[in-house]
Amino acid sequence: MATSRELVSSEYKFGFHDEVDYLEETKAGLTRETVEAISRFKREPQWMLDFRLRAYEHFLARPMPMWGGDLMQIDLNKIVYYRKPSEGEEKSWDDVPDKIKKTFERLGIPEAERKFLAGVGAQYDSEVVYHSVREELSKIGVVFMGTDQGLKEYPELFRKYFATVVPPEDNKFAALNSAVWSGGSFVYVPKGVEVPLPLQAYFRINAENTGQFERTLIIVDEGAKVHYIEGCTAPIYTTDALHAAVVEVIALPGSKVRYTTIQNWSNDVYNLVTKRAHAHAHSTVEWIDANTGSRLTMKYPSIYLRGEGATAEVISVAVAGKGQHQDTGAKAIHLAPNTRSRIISKSISKDGGRTTYRGQLKVVPGATGVVASVRCDALLLDEGSRSDTYPYIDIQEDDTTMTHEATVGKISQDQVFYLMSRGLTENEATNLVVQGFLEVFTKELPMEYAIEFNRLVKLEMEGSLG
Amino acid sequence: MSDQDLIIRDLHVAPAAKPDHEILKGIDLAVGRGEVHAIMGPNGSGKTTLAYALMGHPAYVIKSGKVLWKGHDLLKLSADKRARLGMFLAFQYPMAIPGLSVASFLRSAINARRSGLNPDPAVDPTDAFKGGIPMGEFRKLVREKMTLLKMDESIASRYVNEGFSGGEKKRLEMLQMAVLEPEMAILDETDSGLDIDALRIVAEGVNAMLNPNMGVLVITHYQRLLNYITPDTVHVLAAGRIVASGGKDLALRLEDEGYAPILAEAGLEGEVGDEAPDGATPNEAAAPAMEAAH
Repeated sequence: MATSRELVSSEYKFGFHDEVDYLEETKAGLTRETVEAISRFKREPQWMLDFRLRAYEHFLARPMPMWGGDLMQIDLNKIVYYRKPSEGEEKSWDDVPDKIKKTFERLGIPEAERKFLAGVGAQYDSEVVYHSVREELSKIGVVFMGTDQGLKEYPELFRKYFATVVPPEDNKFAALNSAVWSGGSFVYVPKGVEVPLPLQAYFRINAENTGQFERTLIIVDEGAKVHYIEGCTAPIYTTDALHAAVVEVIALPGSKVRYTTIQNWSNDVYNLVTKRAHAHAHSTVEWIDANTGSRLTMKYPSIYLRGEGATAEVISVAVAGKGQHQDTGAKAIHLAPNTRSRIISKSISKDGGRTTYRGQLKVVPGATGVVASVRCDALLLDEGSRSDTYPYIDIQEDDTTMTHEATVGKISQDQVFYLMSRGLTENEATNLVVQGFLEVFTKELPMEYAIEFNRLVKLEMEGSLG
Repeated sequence: MSDQDLIIRDLHVAPAAKPDHEILKGIDLAVGRGEVHAIMGPNGSGKTTLAYALMGHPAYVIKSGKVLWKGHDLLKLSADKRARLGMFLAFQYPMAIPGLSVASFLRSAINARRSGLNPDPAVDPTDAFKGGIPMGEFRKLVREKMTLLKMDESIASRYVNEGFSGGEKKRLEMLQMAVLEPEMAILDETDSGLDIDALRIVAEGVNAMLNPNMGVLVITHYQRLLNYITPDTVHVLAAGRIVASGGKDLALRLEDEGYAPILAEAGLEGEVGDEAPDGATPNEAAAPAMEAAH
């Protein structure tokens, strides 16, 4: 896995990092001046500053959402909204909590990578590999760079699509992100190009120190194909309490996009993410999304099926332990005929943790021949844990085929005994049942990620994650 | 008798849910290495309870008695430790584990079995990349045993017992036995759910596994399995006790006469059949009825 991850690790050397101005960080709290300062220091065009300010106004005007998890503990005045992208020299390995270090070890992450993952390492030694892959990508016309850099190098393309999928007015945290965004990935895949390897964003995002208001824009042109992977199983060590990202995906006619996320935030983080895709005619969009860690995650990857014959698939996994609430789900909005969607959600609650499935399935009048299915399975590992399901279904077209299934279950004593009778300890047996429960997700991952993910779930089950 | 024999002494067992209601009321039995013992008995006699109690199912409590094996007080060990010592139970109703592939399951089980009672903490039996059996050796072993049991290799990528027919489940139990190489194997109604061809294949598989190092306890209602697997000793279990023991002739007599005469000799008329379906745990009790309803 190391080699593939390394591919993007030294992007800074060649990317916007060189262009970063002298702003170290803004003062805590969000003001109009902060927003202006961010834009100025990034030397952005006027339209982007205007956009940020519009978003800022909306952010102020918009009340806190009350329908999901408890957001009242977030102190927006204490947050630092911009920090200089960092190679991490100012932090040292000694500052990284022991629990996090131990987790790296147990996930089997090589020594050299650990410091980097914790945000305290220097540039990763992978320039050779990086260069060759960058070259391969650019040979076929694929753009894969930081979002700030994308704005500078591809101004027209950028402006054509930016915020067309998630406007700042979408929700309070999309507005916040729009006002103060920094970092994230910018991807463009030209017509008919199939990207042979998954694009992995992991290293760049971590090297940015926090990526707490990252903004990702992915444009996949007609008939093109790409798999984008965000995150990894290693715990994301951050000193920030809030992560509010926006991801926009535009799948043009006949294209195929898969977006895989595995994130494991440290347990004090509020992870409030807006992820949305527009699927044009005969395109396919897949969100493969795992949520572990964090104090509260609110994330509902969405697909707007805008063109006839488009296909949407969301497979999401949430694991909530002690003191955690995973409020996650998916949305499929069918706006065109003969579109298909499939949503599979799997959640695990343990040690008093809470999972919520919140989903939306909508079919507008005239979108005939839609086939849609939703399946939510919740596994409760103990009495004190909790799981709720809120499937909002709004079907305004009679010619729709739709199925919805929801189950809540426990691990049966007989399953555990069966596995124990083959020599596996009670823990190992429970883990295998849990792994099986999540298999529908895991089997979609590249093998090395699947192995790490299974290890991560094992650690979560033991309650030994920081 | 040696300490290598499985020795059961005055074993009393009740369901955990009804601890005052003993199902086994004093079992005495010794199974030596290389010996095949059959336990026969009518429904409700406690056959499956005996199997579960020997393996350590938490739905049963040991009221009194002792089980000794390989120098261990077996009843003090958890089910996984018994398995690591070499005990194996082929289930009457094997559990489905959705999402867990047969291959991962077998590999994990082999690793656990081979690690014994003092496993190396660096090895995680459920993780293919943290020690354990090398992938090449694993594939070779499983292929070889699948051939023995005339199984299709595609079963390796299916999920454990999920959507399996009755016969497939029983064959998978035998495959597990073959790769785990137990030293004490308990076959609980392995013949049920098998048609005559499958029965022959499974029985031939078991016969091929027989060896001087392994004791076998064959639990069965009918004697037909014993046409293929020849027991050294046959015991009749009724109302929680062993009421008769003998050679293979005893099984043939049961086939001719049914259980009634032998139970009568033991003074047991009317005492049989007043219990829940044989040894079924609360969850499983409903399973056969549900199957019938479909």
